[in-house]
Amino acid sequence: MKLQGRQTWKFGDQVYLNSTGTAVGPMESEGPLGSLFDVRYNDLHCNEKNWELAERRLMEDSIASCLGKAKLTNEDINFFLAGDLLNQVVTANYVARGNEIPFLGVFGACSTSMESLAVGAALVDGGFAQRVVAAVSSHNATAERQFRYPTEYGGQKPDTATFTVTGAGAALISSEPSPIRIASATIGKVQDLGIKDPFDMGSAMAPAAADTIMTHLKETGMAPGDYDLIVTGDLSGVGAPIVKMLLKEKGIDVSNNHRDCGLMVYRPDQEVFAGGSGCGCSAVVTYGHLVKELMSGSLKRILVVATGALLNPTMIQQKESIPTIAHAVALEGIKGGSN
Amino acid sequence: MSNKEQQQEYAQKIKPLQPKPPYVINCLKAYLVGGLICVIGEALMKFYMTYFNFNEETAGNPTAATLILIAALLTGIGVYDKIGQFGGAGSAVPVTGFANAVTSAALEHKSEGIVLGIATNLFKLAGAVIVFGAVSAYIFGMIRYAFKTLM
Repeated sequence: MKLQGRQTWKFGDQVYLNSTGTAVGPMESEGPLGSLFDVRYNDLHCNEKNWELAERRLMEDSIASCLGKAKLTNEDINFFLAGDLLNQVVTANYVARGNEIPFLGVFGACSTSMESLAVGAALVDGGFAQRVVAAVSSHNATAERQFRYPTEYGGQKPDTATFTVTGAGAALISSEPSPIRIASATIGKVQDLGIKDPFDMGSAMAPAAADTIMTHLKETGMAPGDYDLIVTGDLSGVGAPIVKMLLKEKGIDVSNNHRDCGLMVYRPDQEVFAGGSGCGCSAVVTYGHLVKELMSGSLKRILVVATGALLNPTMIQQKESIPTIAHAVALEGIKGGSN
Repeated sequence: MSNKEQQQEYAQKIKPLQPKPPYVINCLKAYLVGGLICVIGEALMKFYMTYFNFNEETAGNPTAATLILIAALLTGIGVYDKIGQFGGAGSAVPVTGFANAVTSAALEHKSEGIVLGIATNLFKLAGAVIVFGAVSAYIFGMIRYAFKTLM
């Protein structure tokens, strides 16, 4: 049985993360991980006519560089799993129109990165696919328009606000051996502890992250220390201490090995309020930085917990609170593996 | 779905971990930025009265128009949102804030065309100001009229 407990998938030994690709905008290029990303733009427009086209370019670039590294073309891929933050996941839809790979659109807000990776791994493990590409994107300006105000609007934001990462990440999943194995995944439950402030998504998402981490450890029988790193997606400076506190209450200590992608992607002196967010955030940090650490062997086993605020501006105006979710995927570096 | 008690307990629990908004500093910044915009307005008014033969009653119109133009330009070159983040209400309340709300919406929706993009969305943010401006002007106008006829 590949199902462990109620909501954790334990994959067989034959599911690998073969290759990854990342593309980012100017702020992310200037960040501490800047040099690790495959495609970098100095201009938020990414040489395109509007923001939506710019986001599409980022996703296309990330997939091209992912497949380029694996020396594969679109025809070699069975399924394309992708999502983004825009209505009807338009970025993914239009990228899928271009690449003509059989397509499944995925939406889990900022948790889409690990949702698509987990589902892709399950397809490969179940024998339903040989090769799957999972991709996500977010763009600061398209997200501002979708969820907040026009980009140039001079409204003041509080320090708890997050800054949507302009970036895309793609991953190739297959049963062909590679230095990184996808070991397991835990699908999260939607949590809502009544936070209504769309400028404080860290506080809203922390309970979802805590629940998924706790459940994952319980159902796999792992201890927090078994992971070199437990990385949350975009809890930022506000949500990161909250998740640590919530886990501590349950007797789980992650104070030494917890990191948050939202705090890794930018320097502290960059003006991003509480930190980065968006599905691009966990994707570029995982696919651009963490997989390289797994390949080099400096990290052996990590748990990436992508957090998503299932936010809708109309629901917020109707005084609803923000439902949140978190999905976890465990990645393992295999010593001596070859690409 | 969590119940009310759980929600309240969570809100209490996370309070110490959430950054407090710096109210005093924000008020000072708003005072400075708002005051500075008014000083510029005052200078413009004097300028129009001295050089263009406007009087104190009529000089307000070209002054507001000039401030709106400046705010629109600053929005277009991507500066006004930074002033807004710094100054808060200080830059949102004056007429420059209104100009920013309109210009930023126009810029944002340019990609959807002139009619359905710019024209439809132009007052997306500023529309509320116009609605409440017109409604309150009507109400106070009626009150004033009532007093005038009764007294």
